[in-house]
Amino acid sequence: MELILNKDKCNGCGECVKVCPFGAIELENGLPQTNENCRLCGVCVKKCPQGALKLPEGTPERKIEDARDVWVFAEQKGGKFAEVVYELLGKGRGLANTLNQKLVAVAIGSELEEEAHNLIAYGADIVYLFEHPDLKDFNEKKYGQVLIDFIKQNRPNIFLAGATSRGRSLIPQVAAALETGLTADCTGLEVDAETGLLLQTRPAYGGNIMATITCASTRPQMATVRPHIFPRTEPIAGHEGKIVKLEPNLDGLDDVMEVISFAQTEIEGPDLTDAEIVIGVGRGIKGPQNLPLVEKLAKLLGARVGGTRAVVDAGWLPARCQIGQTGLTISPKLYIACGISGAIQHIVGIQSAKRIVAINKDPEAPIFEIADCGIVGDLFEVIPVLIEEIKHKRGEENV
Amino acid sequence: MKYIVCLKQVPETDKVKINPQTGTLIREGVKSIINPYDLYALEAALRMKDAYGGEIVVVSMGPPQAEEALREAIAYGADEAILLSDRAFAGADTLATSYTLAQAIKKIGDYDIVFCGKQAIDGDTAQVGPELAFRLGIPYATYVYKLEIRDGVLFVERNLDDGTQVLKLSLPALVTIVKEVGEIRVPSIRGKMRAKKAQISVWGGAEIEADPSKLGLNGSPTRVAEIFSPPPRGEKIILTGKPEECVKQLCEKLKEVIL
Ligand SMILES: Cc1cc2nc3c(=O)[nH]c(=O)nc-3n(C[C@H](O)[C@H](O)[C@H](O)COP(=O)(O)OP(=O)(O)OC[C@H]3O[C@@H](n4cnc5c(N)ncnc54)[C@H](O)[C@@H]3O)c2cc1C
Ligand SMILES: Nc1ncnc2c1ncn2[C@@H]1O[C@H](COP(=O)(O)O)[C@@H](O)[C@H]1O
Repeated sequence: MELILNKDKCNGCGECVKVCPFGAIELENGLPQTNENCRLCGVCVKKCPQGALKLPEGTPERKIEDARDVWVFAEQKGGKFAEVVYELLGKGRGLANTLNQKLVAVAIGSELEEEAHNLIAYGADIVYLFEHPDLKDFNEKKYGQVLIDFIKQNRPNIFLAGATSRGRSLIPQVAAALETGLTADCTGLEVDAETGLLLQTRPAYGGNIMATITCASTRPQMATVRPHIFPRTEPIAGHEGKIVKLEPNLDGLDDVMEVISFAQTEIEGPDLTDAEIVIGVGRGIKGPQNLPLVEKLAKLLGARVGGTRAVVDAGWLPARCQIGQTGLTISPKLYIACGISGAIQHIVGIQSAKRIVAINKDPEAPIFEIADCGIVGDLFEVIPVLIEEIKHKRGEENV
Repeated sequence: MKYIVCLKQVPETDKVKINPQTGTLIREGVKSIINPYDLYALEAALRMKDAYGGEIVVVSMGPPQAEEALREAIAYGADEAILLSDRAFAGADTLATSYTLAQAIKKIGDYDIVFCGKQAIDGDTAQVGPELAFRLGIPYATYVYKLEIRDGVLFVERNLDDGTQVLKLSLPALVTIVKEVGEIRVPSIRGKMRAKKAQISVWGGAEIEADPSKLGLNGSPTRVAEIFSPPPRGEKIILTGKPEECVKQLCEKLKEVIL
């Protein structure tokens, strides 16, 4: 089945060539001609200034089997792609290979083209770029309209995004618009060998339980994926792909939602949710006057400091540093819990850390149940010794 | 002004475990509480009411006993409560939940701000708020800790991983609320009295004019294929000696990460 052209109306302006997301239209003798890349998505029909294009009658109901490819949302902050994007490309490449489908990245922002080449190096076959000055700042309404329009036309099989604050905020509306399933904050993704379905594993009930979720009868199969769970893979030598720049449609969004300002967290380095090492402080720290000791260790390790609710409620740390059920969920390579009892509401926020170290003077503290390495001792004695030992060892290594 | 607060009754999650024999969830003896984030959402709505006047309607989809949670919300100062309860709602994932809530909120009508918690602590999905906003066709902001109305426009401050944003939203709008808003106030005696006597409407699928194929399990594209207990963490050591000794061993173990 092919796109229908009304030759009397067409003036050969070439607008359809420009707007086609798939590069499926070329001008031949001044008239548009489609090639095998055409998916009858209908973008050109809508955009043709002459009304010269039509979809064929009875364009078949789109079937599940028609949904193809693994898509990754390439979240950006200040023009740089988030770390989790590269983790998703690694995982997505594997899924795409298993399914024998393409890996596609879609990025929304302003001036991303140079960065976009990285996405190809890390495995994307196609990168769709929506660039516009109005898309510089993260704005759910604008990003949402762009994504929804585009995904509706394309029917990916799988759509993945990072389970970051931006990803978790943006993506659910897309799932609602497409009336499809979305699995939040996954920590495992596999393709079922028999059915080809995406098996999406995630913690539930505060991590006491793991659940594997499937989405059998609607497409795309959508998931947000917890950062740091999958490794950032190496760039693939010689991998080739193409960048397709697209025009975002931001009509009708004036005054609905505007970003007035953005204040970046003052502290330099990664966010608490992105840091490789996090030091957690609990009531055992006794008061804010003792935070510099922990910060000294943090500086040495390039770590960020967070804390328990008790510490936040006491006003020793700002609320945005709270880790746990009513705070952040983190999954660093190393978590060092200092003076933390290990209440379940705190544990749920840290249990996907690769390693957990606990320093607590009470040998019965529940934190020791989940710690990989526990030191029973007074943190005011242990931490200074730890700082010295790290310095000492590093000195030795340097000799 | 009319504010709607979406509130869910959840099990105290730390008590939920898997029965190793049957592989099913153990729910017996687990107490139900109001999702803590929804109390922050209610507090945010109460403050808006304090500042700009108006009324607060709380809505909950759940089994009949969720009425308890709604009464509690009235004790805190909500004006009206609606329970969405129907066998057909059971087994809903976030897509079906957002549909059901959206139908109910459209029926309530004339609202200015919808408040949700950042997430519910049973599923931890944080998806219902944004999905609901989409279904209502209104703008939304997540992780909000401060709200203000100026010239009929909503200004909010919200957290992102790497900083905070100030946003302007046209009304009606939806917000999801985080802890920084502040703990729920103490219920007044009058509130408690009102809660006891309050008439709580119960709406089912017919009342909200729902399409049955979009409700509950029928309307849920996701399925739980399997549940299991998280795998145990690897080997562990507990060190109890002198700080110098403990630290030496710790550093040895963590060599690749910390040096
Ligand atoms: C609905 C709800 C939600 C919650 N959400 C969260 C959440 O998101 N995050 C969270 O963290 N909590 C949360 N909590 C609170 C949680 O239950 C605990 O109260 C809290 O985590 C305890 O904090 P803590 O470990 O700092 O304090 P404590 O429990 O008081 O523990 C202090 C520990 O420090 C040790 N200590 C004291 N002095 C020293 C020393 N000199 N050297 C070494 N060790 C020392 C003590 O032995 C003790 O184990 C929530 C609670 C509820 C009810
Ligand atoms: N069954 C429900 N009834 C009322 N509100 C709900 C329900 N489920 C979710 N919500 C609202 O949506 C928010 C996010 O929930 P969730 O997406 O399940 O994490 C909650 O904090 C509630 O405000």
